[in-house]
Parts: sequence; structure tokens; C-alpha cells
Amino acid sequence: MEFSYDDEQNGLREAVSGLLARAYADSEQRRKVVATDPGFDEKTWSRLAEMGVLGLPFAESDGGMGAGPVEVSIVAEEIGRVLAPEPFIEAVVLAGGLVADLGTDAQRSAVLGALAEGSLVPAFAHAEVGSRWEPAARTVTATEDGGTWRLSGVKEPVPNGARADVLVVSARAEDGATRLFLVQGDAEDLTRTGHRNHDGTRSAKVALAGTPAEPLGEQGGDQTAAIEKAQARARVAYGHEALGAMETALTTTAEYLKTRKQFGVPLSKFQALTFRAADMYVSLELARSTVMWATLVVDSDGDVVGAADRARLQTSRASRHIGKEAIQLHGGIGVTAEYKVGHYTSRLTAIDHLLGDGDWALARLAASVDEHETVNPLR
Amino acid sequence: MRLHLSPEDRAFRDEMRTFFTTAVPQPIREAVLAHRELTKEQFVEAQQTLNAAGLAVPHWPVEWGGKDWTPLQRHMWREEMQLAGVPEPLAFNASMIGPVIATFGSQEQKERFLPATANLDIWWCQGFSEPDAGSDLASLRTTAVRDGDDWVVNGQKTWTTLGQHADWIFCLVRTDPTAEKRQRGISLLLFPMDTPGVTLRPIELLDGGFEVNEVFFEDVRVPSENLVGEENRGWDYAKFLLGNERVGIARIGSTKRMIADAKEHARGITVNGAPLAEDPYLKARIAELENELLALELTALRVVANSAGGRPHPASSVLKLRGSELQQAATELLVDVAGPLSVASFAGADSDVPEWAQVATPSYLNYRKVSIYGGSNEVQRTIIAGSILGL
Repeated sequence: MEFSYDDEQNGLREAVSGLLARAYADSEQRRKVVATDPGFDEKTWSRLAEMGVLGLPFAESDGGMGAGPVEVSIVAEEIGRVLAPEPFIEAVVLAGGLVADLGTDAQRSAVLGALAEGSLVPAFAHAEVGSRWEPAARTVTATEDGGTWRLSGVKEPVPNGARADVLVVSARAEDGATRLFLVQGDAEDLTRTGHRNHDGTRSAKVALAGTPAEPLGEQGGDQTAAIEKAQARARVAYGHEALGAMETALTTTAEYLKTRKQFGVPLSKFQALTFRAADMYVSLELARSTVMWATLVVDSDGDVVGAADRARLQTSRASRHIGKEAIQLHGGIGVTAEYKVGHYTSRLTAIDHLLGDGDWALARLAASVDEHETVNPLR
Repeated sequence: MRLHLSPEDRAFRDEMRTFFTTAVPQPIREAVLAHRELTKEQFVEAQQTLNAAGLAVPHWPVEWGGKDWTPLQRHMWREEMQLAGVPEPLAFNASMIGPVIATFGSQEQKERFLPATANLDIWWCQGFSEPDAGSDLASLRTTAVRDGDDWVVNGQKTWTTLGQHADWIFCLVRTDPTAEKRQRGISLLLFPMDTPGVTLRPIELLDGGFEVNEVFFEDVRVPSENLVGEENRGWDYAKFLLGNERVGIARIGSTKRMIADAKEHARGITVNGAPLAEDPYLKARIAELENELLALELTALRVVANSAGGRPHPASSVLKLRGSELQQAATELLVDVAGPLSVASFAGADSDVPEWAQVATPSYLNYRKVSIYGGSNEVQRTIIAGSILGL
């Protein structure tokens, strides 16, 4: 087992971190960007494309870079570090990942090539009001009529759903199977209503009323397992985004403790506060180890779903702990929109509730606790 | 970044597993896994079995019996040992005074002590803490005054673990009470526990056991050649020694074993007609504990991989802090699985209460120590806040 990055990976981190630092050097820049639609900076998105970041995990034959989950994790961490609002995980890891896994040659070259170039943003429309964090679709249905598939029902909230040029939509076919479809942004009988989320990102209500759709991949078969796996990979990538965000929340807090004075001394003189910062560090490092390991499991195509659950549980606990303490140790300023630290807590809270929170992961892990004697990462 | 063990490392681990589960006598391993108190003879037999195979002191210099292992191999050696219930080589010998003598001792001291220390022919105990010097070790007051060729030691040590079995003590003493910095006036002396003037008083702990002792020194004469390294440099040696103490203190293999045992025991207890093991709350509690232990193990692997050059990774404080908390959580889990049986601590062999349930609460109470010794968890937080976060 080896946890260090090679030179090329370190180079990627430097490049992405440099690009994002220029875009979001201070938190005011981010506030400006997220104040208007689409909630991210199209120019930064193009620059990420130019750098090759948006095609990282895709095969070179599909227009990608042929890199792996470790490279993806590096980008996600740097995004989290400055809270860059660009929908890298949503578009590349999740929606793009599904197309890469399941798409036909034609679909892959159409979607992934354009995504890598920055000219097409896909989104995964899966969540439905009334169910939570399942890989299957419930209320949105798919029917075939004379060779044309049509989707009906509502997907909500769909991250980045209003801006997306193409939607990957999950729906329940008449045989009860969950299948995936591509729906063009300009399709007829498609209504999208976007809104701003608490963390500055965008979601949408996507209403389908007999909307024409193209099945993703060769027809037939249930695609629930593929959704489960793509979501697991996204959970791991979100874990890295959370690591970046938690690290900044902690360093910002430590810096504040050193500079803010009360009772005539810096806050760092109060052990009641420094011990809590130490506990934040413990949470961060334990989460980091678990998430890095989960990425290696994805990389070696092991039990991706199980590893993602473990990473999610650890990250959920850590991000709540660190997010809440970061605000509390700052005091009132931590709750303001002008100061940056609270935005980290807001984003961490959103990440925690995209694709399943800690208790949700724990319930899944608890169900299988009797199937092994011990948990052993060394194989 | 790589997930899997290399074929060499996997072979190494299998070799360790086979050795520990076959070469070390079964009754000794059973006693460890049952949380029974080991006899001195059992400790000695286990360590001598390891030493004969060259596995007692792998982290020592090669010329004194060490192995040129990678940090990962050392980690696997320790974890496999704990999983198999093999008593670890006595920490006072293998992790503490051995490396100090090997690093700072004279050639004469090395030849005299190291082979016997590795083989547990000499049983060492630690003379560090005093009634008024716990976490604040530098405030120790035991003195050593030079008289001719001897040092004359007076004072008192406490929390001397397994001192009742000890042949020798390594002892921090104040040799320069006038030193400007109190850390600068401390030296490290070695002497036999049967030296005239040394008396030992056992301290009974909450579990009814006698694991620790007080040791009193009254005009104890120690020949000057038994000073380690330089006079008044003892604090440096103590810091070196305590740094080694933290390595492996996470005791992941041991906690893993306790959780596995708790799951097994829960299958044999019925609640409202169903096995306790099927209780959803208990399953969630165990799953969360397993996940926390996984996070700790992975952190330990990150730390060992980055500890090259002998300097501990800053996150090693996390290992002590979290490792002790998870050991305690596992002992608490066993008490809760035992439930009403956990009260019958000393019911004995005639009782229907199984042994694991009888020892559950005494172990739980005894394990309160793990967040106190080796630098209390509050000391670890101070280290993290100070040296990592710069607070």
C-alpha cells in the first residue's frame, strides 16, 4: 500500500490549484460568481477544459485524457480547497461517468468529446421528491411508442439541471427496470426551473411531459447497478472535495485563533479552543486516510460501493464536526456571508446530503456487519 | 498511490501470521485473547520464542538483532502479533531502554545489556513518573548525588508497570538541581531492583490486578558506569524513548480482535427471542466502530510510510489519541454485550457466566489507563495544537 503521489500527479495538483487560485483568490470573487446564473464561471470552466481537466477520466479514444480516479481526486480536492463552484464532479464524474460506462460509441464521442472540450455540460437528473438516495428511479416513467422513448414525471433537485446542455435522466420502464436516457436541453415538452442553493450552487426542477429521450447505451436491461457504481465513484470524489474544504476551514480557523484577540490575548491562548482545533485536525486526517483509500479501491476496481460507503460515513462525521466547529471557534463572524468560513460549512453540508449522508451509509454498513470477522484494508 | 500489498509484502505478512499462530504456545495466546493476567514465565517464554526466530526486536540496529525491515513490514509484524494474541515483546525492553542503549549507550553497555534485553533475560521497568511528576515529567524530584565512583539515589517513582517482575530499572534522576532549565539537570541511570535501598509497593487497580507499583529509593548506590550517555542529558534520552513509545501504541490489531470477539459473543445472547447480534442498534454501533478503526489503520499506514529517517510523522499523535479511544470503545462494547453478566466480574470457573463476560468490566476499567499513559490524550492535543496547527 502506497499513499504518495507521483511527479505527474503533483504537477496536475499545482496546475489546477494555480488556475483556481487565480479565479478564486479571495472569497469575494466566488461570491460574485455564484450571485448570478449559472452559478459558476464559464471562463474558468473553459480554462479547466483547456488544461484537460474536464476529460481527465475518459478514454483517449472518447476525447479524454485516459487518467484515473487518483487524478480526479486531486482536482476535486483543489476545487474544495477554494470552494470553486464549477460542476466538475456533477458533470465529469457523475453524468460523464455514466455516459462513459454505458454509452454507445456514438454517444460517448458526442457527449464526452464535447464535455472534455468545454462545449457541453451534462447533468445527471436522478433525484425525485419523496424518495432518497436510491439507485432506482420511482416516479419518472419511460414508455416506448413506435421506436420513440418518452419520459414523464419530475426530477428534483437536479444539480446544475437548468444550465446543462444534456441531461442523463433515470426513469422506470414499463417492465419495472430503471433505465437511463439522454434528454437534450432543448427537447420539446421539457420544462426546467433553476434556483440557487444555500451553498451557491444551482439546482433545478426538471419536469418531463412525454419528453423525447434517447436510451443510453444498447437497449434493454436494468441499469440500477451502473447507477449505484457511478454514484459510489462520485461519493468518493465528493469525499475529496470535502477534504479540500475541511482543510481550508481548519487552517482558516487556526489562523483566526492566532490573530483574533479577546480579553487582551489571542484566542490561541485559550486551551478550551486549541483542543477543539486539535480534534478538528484528528477528524480531518482520519477522513483523509479513508477517502484516499477509497480512491485506490476505485482505481483497482475493487468493492467500489462498499469503499464509498465507508468513505462517506467518515467524511460525513468529519465534515459536520469541522464545519460546525469552524463557525463556533470564529464566533459571530462565522455566520456572516461576507466572511468565508461559513460558506465552507454550507458547502460541506450540501456535499453530505448529495448521494447519501453518514447515517445512510452507516445503515448500509450495519446491514453487512456480520458478513465479515474483521475489516482489513491490506490485501 | 497503490492499494495492494506487493507480492513480497503479502508473503511477509503470511509468514508472520503463520509464525505467530503456530510457534507461540496456544495457552499463552489464549490468555492474551481472554484478557487474563499473564505470568512472568509466559511473558518470558513468548519473547524468547520470538527472539529465537529473530522477531523480538526488529526495529533495533541490525548488529544487535534488528531487521532491515520497511516501516510497513514493521507495522504488519505488530498487527499480526496482536491479531494472533501474541504478547508483544516487553515494551520497557524492546521499545524503550533497548533503543536508548543502542543509540546513546557505551559499547560496554551495549554488549552487557542488549542481548539480555532482547531475550528478556533482564526484565526492565521504567522509573519515570513520580507522585508530583505525571504529565509534567520534567518536574521530577528523585535525586542522584555523586559520591566517589557512585551515584546515590533518593526519592520515589510511581506507576511502575510490572515492576514486581523487574530485574533492572531505568530511572530518570535529577543530577543538577541548579540547572537553569529544569530539563537540563536530569540524567538516566540503570540499576538492579535488588540494590540495597530499593523497595517496591504494589498498587491495586480497579480491576483487582497489581499491574503497577510505587518504587522507593533510600541511599541507593549506583556505580557511575551505569549512567547512560552524558550526565544531565537524560531529558533528551527520555524524549527519544517516549517517541518510540508512541509507535505502535494505536494497537489496531488488538482492538480489531476485541470487536470481532464482541460480534461473536453477541450471536450467543438472545434478546426477545432473537440473537443480540441482529439488534439494529448494536449492528450500527459495531459498524461505526469498525469504520473508525479502519480510518485509524489507514492513517497508521500513511504515518508509517512517511516516517522514514526515524522522525515520527506529525500525525502520529492522532494514532495515540484515537487508538486509545478506540481501544476503550471496544472494551466498552464488550461490557455492553455482556449486559447483566458484566456485573459478575469475579464469579470464577464454577459460574455459568462465561469468562469473557467476567473479565469485560475489569478490562474496561483497566483500559481507562490507555488514554493516560504514553502522554495523556490531553498532552497529544497539546502537541497537535502546538506543533501541527501552530497554536
